Amino acid sequence: MKTPNTAPGGQQPIDKEIRRRTVVSFSIFFVCLTIGGILFYKLYNQPQSASGVQPTLRKALNADDKIFSLLFSKKNEARSFKKENAVKNVRVNGDVGMDGELDTTWRLKVARKPGDTLVLTLDDIKALPKTEIVFDFKCVEGWSQVTWWGGVRFSDFMEKYNLAPQMATKYVGMITPDEAYYVGNDMPSMLQPQTLLCYEMNGKPLPQDQGYPLRLIIPVKYGIKHLKRIGVVYFSNDKPKDYWAEQGYDYYAGL
Amino acid sequence: MKKRIVKKHPLAIRWFHWINFPVLTIMIWSGLLIYWANDVYKLGWNDKTLLKFFPQSFYDALHIPFKLSTGMAFHFFFMWFFFLNGLLYVLYTIFSGEWRYLLPNKHSFKEAWLVVLHDLHIRKTAPPQNKYNAAQRIAYSSIVVMGMGSVITGLAIYKPIQFQWLCNLFGGYEAARIEHFILTLGYALFFLVHVGQVILAGWNNFQAMVTGFEVEKYDDPILEPQVEPDPEPLSEPTTELLPETAVIIPRAESTAPIDSNEATETNEITVSPAA
Repeated sequence: MKTPNTAPGGQQPIDKEIRRRTVVSFSIFFVCLTIGGILFYKLYNQPQSASGVQPTLRKALNADDKIFSLLFSKKNEARSFKKENAVKNVRVNGDVGMDGELDTTWRLKVARKPGDTLVLTLDDIKALPKTEIVFDFKCVEGWSQVTWWGGVRFSDFMEKYNLAPQMATKYVGMITPDEAYYVGNDMPSMLQPQTLLCYEMNGKPLPQDQGYPLRLIIPVKYGIKHLKRIGVVYFSNDKPKDYWAEQGYDYYAGL
Repeated sequence: MKKRIVKKHPLAIRWFHWINFPVLTIMIWSGLLIYWANDVYKLGWNDKTLLKFFPQSFYDALHIPFKLSTGMAFHFFFMWFFFLNGLLYVLYTIFSGEWRYLLPNKHSFKEAWLVVLHDLHIRKTAPPQNKYNAAQRIAYSSIVVMGMGSVITGLAIYKPIQFQWLCNLFGGYEAARIEHFILTLGYALFFLVHVGQVILAGWNNFQAMVTGFEVEKYDDPILEPQVEPDPEPLSEPTTELLPETAVIIPRAESTAPIDSNEATETNEITVSPAA
């Protein structure tokens, strides 16, 4: 075979070219791979501080919250079901802030502003127009249940107690009487017409383990935001502290 | 025997491919962290379970348990990279004309079967192919559709009330979750077959996804060698002149514009099967 282009040693010059390009490409490939690996390692091992999650991921979660809260509309309601479709055995999934049992000495404290607290009994709340809702309750863990709740719309409650100035704040905070569990919810979600101060489940008073005497039902959020056994309600333009957000979950938790 | 360098994968496609791989891995891993918190899926019927998703040993081996919040945080960060990389890939294939090699055509579904028979050593010959064979066209198009499916079912699960119409489109919240999960199993299956085929196809094929070219050996050049520009290795393009003997021929049609009739001239250069 005539091989005029073959270099001494039987190697073609093109072999050199192939090798050069292969070495260059694979070098860049492995450099990028290494950089990617280091970035991921650093991200995964960031100290988790008070937010319960890597600070970079907290920033990403907050950015997600901002983007998706822009898409939020009060007109988007959770799908309603018939009462017959509601489960009888409603799952009990959390007991933080639920030590012991409460009785009729319980009072709801609404901090209208510092030093000005509205104190209400359960009967005061039951005197307001009642709203019922049957919806698919969704847990951040991944399960969901069609459940039936009754109470007063939070928006109705705000109106009846002349809390219009408070409605202008960005957030509503809630705390259990023992202060062990606490959530913060954005005002638009709180004023969504399906959000209830809830005192009934399946047509009967709330069981103790479901938050007797009064709990929050906020269908546009995951279950972690549906605080059981409300002690204090307050209003704030800063994010109120939130139990599960401190454990690394996203603050908004909107659906 | 002479060798020549044949362009195979454009630089952009190599980047999309190698970005997607770790990002999808992170999505699947973080998805497992999330799924663990309510791991109710199984293969079986009534009380008969063929396969539980997933066995405890699987979770333990991968350190899955009790990382739901970590899983959600990673999932809802890296979803953007998965989505954007996929979107750019689709746009690139559309505007570069690469889609012509990737989309199945009217013969693909019949030919794919012949490819499978060939790969299983049941049939001696494989149907003629371009850059990708019929089975590859179907697989690489399906994986893009699956990726879109994951993004859309993911959005339906992520915001089932704000995107209720989307959720309903997939049959509701629970159905969308199952679909999202099944798509992930699909990626795992794709990965196994894909890696297996890449191993069988050999080094020359594999390295092309890094370097962009394949080395082709030929005895009797049918065509006069033409010197073409550097086929973009993963580095900045070099401007140096190639050695006289370096014969670089574009893969059939790969550099030719879609409407070019000249492309037919180079069609005679066949390409080796690729995975």
